[in-house]
Amino acid sequence: MPVIEISQTVDARGLSCPMPIVKTAQAAKVVPSGAYLELFATDAGSTKDVAAWCKATGNELIEQSSDDAVFRFVIRRK
Amino acid sequence: MDDSLNLVLFSGTDDKLQAAAVLTAGAAALGKPVHIFLQYWALDSFRSDRVGADHGLAPEAGPAGRAAVDALAADGQASWAETLRQAKDLGEVDIQACSLSMDLLKLEPTDLDPLVDGVEGVTAFYLNAGEGQIVFI
Repeated sequence: MPVIEISQTVDARGLSCPMPIVKTAQAAKVVPSGAYLELFATDAGSTKDVAAWCKATGNELIEQSSDDAVFRFVIRRK
Repeated sequence: MDDSLNLVLFSGTDDKLQAAAVLTAGAAALGKPVHIFLQYWALDSFRSDRVGADHGLAPEAGPAGRAAVDALAADGQASWAETLRQAKDLGEVDIQACSLSMDLLKLEPTDLDPLVDGVEGVTAFYLNAGEGQIVFI
């Protein structure tokens, strides 16, 4: 597994829906194709929302994990 | 995901406008075009001298609802106006004032917040809606 270099980190901790996805989409607009984004969120709905957003937009969810109350997602921009 | 989301906003209370803003921002994040048509009390809430004011909540909110909304705002949730600004920045969001409601409220385009892109009638709204869903709030 190649080392993933994160181009941009989105800190959406403490933000409620729809902000985690809005901020992720904003970040996806400015990074080049193939770049990796990292998202931190505390919103309970974010797990399903991130998966749905990736599926709908063609961006790839590479990994997700949670630590305490914080979810972490790594997304590869298409 | 390419079909537009078309919202007709009638209610001007902060809770309903926040709900509309969330739907708009979600659609914008998915690349879905959004067309908003402002009627009646929703249009009134977009007046430049009132956009940031307290527009109250729907009757069913009651005191408990008021407390809940205030708590979320204190936690840092963005206002509906700010959520809409972010949605516009993110995707294709067009906000039009209903010309009938402009007459009803005796408004000029210059009375409206810059969030509003123009004034149109229902026919233009339907044309722009195309095959997309139309939602009334």
